[in-house]
Amino acid sequence: MTVMVKAEGVHKSFGPVEVLTGIDLEVKTGEVFCLIGPSGSGKSTFLRCINHLEKINAGRLYVDGELVGYRQKGDKLYELKDSEVAVKRRDIGMVFQRFNLFPHMTAVENVIEAPVQVKGVGKGKARERALELLDRVGLADKAGNYPSQLSGGQQQRVAIARALAMDPKLMLFDEPTSALDPELVGDVLDVMRDLAESGMTMIVVTHEMGFAREVGDSLVFMDGGVVVESGHPREVLTNPQHERTKSFLSKVL
Amino acid sequence: MTVDIDKTPADTPPAGPEAIKAIPVRHYGRYVSAVVAIALLGGVVYAFSQGKINWGAIPDYFFDDRILDGVGKTLLLTILSMAIGVIGGVLLAVMRLSKNPVTSSIAWFYIWFFRGTPVLVQLIVWFNLGLVFEYINLGPFYKDEWSDFMTPFLTALLGLGLNEAAYMAEICRAGLLSVDEGQTEASHALGMSHAKTLRRIVIPQAMRVIVPPTGNEVINMLKTTSLVSVVQYPELLRAAQDIGQTSGAPAEMLFLAAAWYLLLTSIFSVGQYYLERYYARGSSRSLPATPFQKIRANVLSLSSRSKPKGGTA
Repeated sequence: MTVMVKAEGVHKSFGPVEVLTGIDLEVKTGEVFCLIGPSGSGKSTFLRCINHLEKINAGRLYVDGELVGYRQKGDKLYELKDSEVAVKRRDIGMVFQRFNLFPHMTAVENVIEAPVQVKGVGKGKARERALELLDRVGLADKAGNYPSQLSGGQQQRVAIARALAMDPKLMLFDEPTSALDPELVGDVLDVMRDLAESGMTMIVVTHEMGFAREVGDSLVFMDGGVVVESGHPREVLTNPQHERTKSFLSKVL
Repeated sequence: MTVDIDKTPADTPPAGPEAIKAIPVRHYGRYVSAVVAIALLGGVVYAFSQGKINWGAIPDYFFDDRILDGVGKTLLLTILSMAIGVIGGVLLAVMRLSKNPVTSSIAWFYIWFFRGTPVLVQLIVWFNLGLVFEYINLGPFYKDEWSDFMTPFLTALLGLGLNEAAYMAEICRAGLLSVDEGQTEASHALGMSHAKTLRRIVIPQAMRVIVPPTGNEVINMLKTTSLVSVVQYPELLRAAQDIGQTSGAPAEMLFLAAAWYLLLTSIFSVGQYYLERYYARGSSRSLPATPFQKIRANVLSLSSRSKPKGGTA
């Protein structure tokens, strides 16, 4: 199994506040990798570092064997140009907690926007693919609706379809169900489960322990900017070794 | 007990609850204020009707060639100055928001200067710049005497347009800042460049915030063009004044000009409404009705309201 994401001593601080204080981990190709932890533990920040929405201050972060945000020549690091970063982001899909659909576009326009504008796919072809993807997330009949006319769960599924339209090799989920009514969470998780079964590499920041246990291949518990405990989800969730993990799980389970 | 409670609603007639019939409160203050307001209005109308105003002169000159020419020039000046204002404003807004301290300071200084001085003063300064520059010399491209280069039209255009750019910059900046940062992030995460994000995602959403005040600015600009009469540009007000002096009806011609301004601003307001409606798509669940749709809905609801009345009568 090849490695999709590799972090070596990743540090990130916002001004004087250190959010990540040395993250080391490996995400293998094709696995569903769950990140859990209390709020403020740095899991979302780490996720945003992976597609360079945040710049890391120290350490190394690799996606598919390539350094994120920099190019290494000898022992010197060169910052990548914005356009080069943009090219790398094409292969990494991201789903946000607050959906971030483009409100001035219909569902199908949201999905075709990036393929047409970034990859130069023809509109007709992109539309065909977008309708397929919307069908896959169960929203074929909502293609012409604006985001404001969709429920939170439907918006999030459109957002997943939008990310998939770029044919990413890696999908990042930043608490995809946290802003949803409990009733709507299931539909989104079903789509993610389906995606996991298709073999997509997924990194999921989540509070849905049931999802992590069922679908996850690896799980990491983060707190205070470091990885406290990692392992197979079933093991970590049912038999945590670390005190901090135990107290966290006793509160959320 | 519970059985009783269950029964009560069943006992009420199926026709529904009886409508309340009560004597409404009388608002005497409203009657008094309405009478006072009408009396004042009547007084003003009476005063004007008693004045020595030759009302007939207004329709006589309303479509006079010189007036129509003035209207055309006013419109041309409004549109061109607004175009300069909008383009300059977008440019200045992007400059002010850029991370480059030099460009953002220059934009800040520009806005500070042009917003801080009266537009009338700016117009006169442009007009009199010939006292400072004898020649305009753009290297190999263009060279001429300043007074030949700076025609009244160009003076008016530069004076109004550059001043407007400062105001539009602030409006555009507010619009760009109003778009949620998550939109930029989502767009970047999809691999879109800065420029594409701005053009495809941010600006279309900012337009919803930018359009209403810009409509105001257009209407303001239309009226502000009347200041240009001081730099000898024959727009609507100047044309009206010229006719007023020769025809011996100066006050009447000012009323005429006012009527034309009112007509033009009314037309612009309607255009603004439809533009706002266009950029509102997606922001609310259903678009606001057009005036025509509103009228139709009112007519329909009136007729449907009258039906039950007719039934009871």
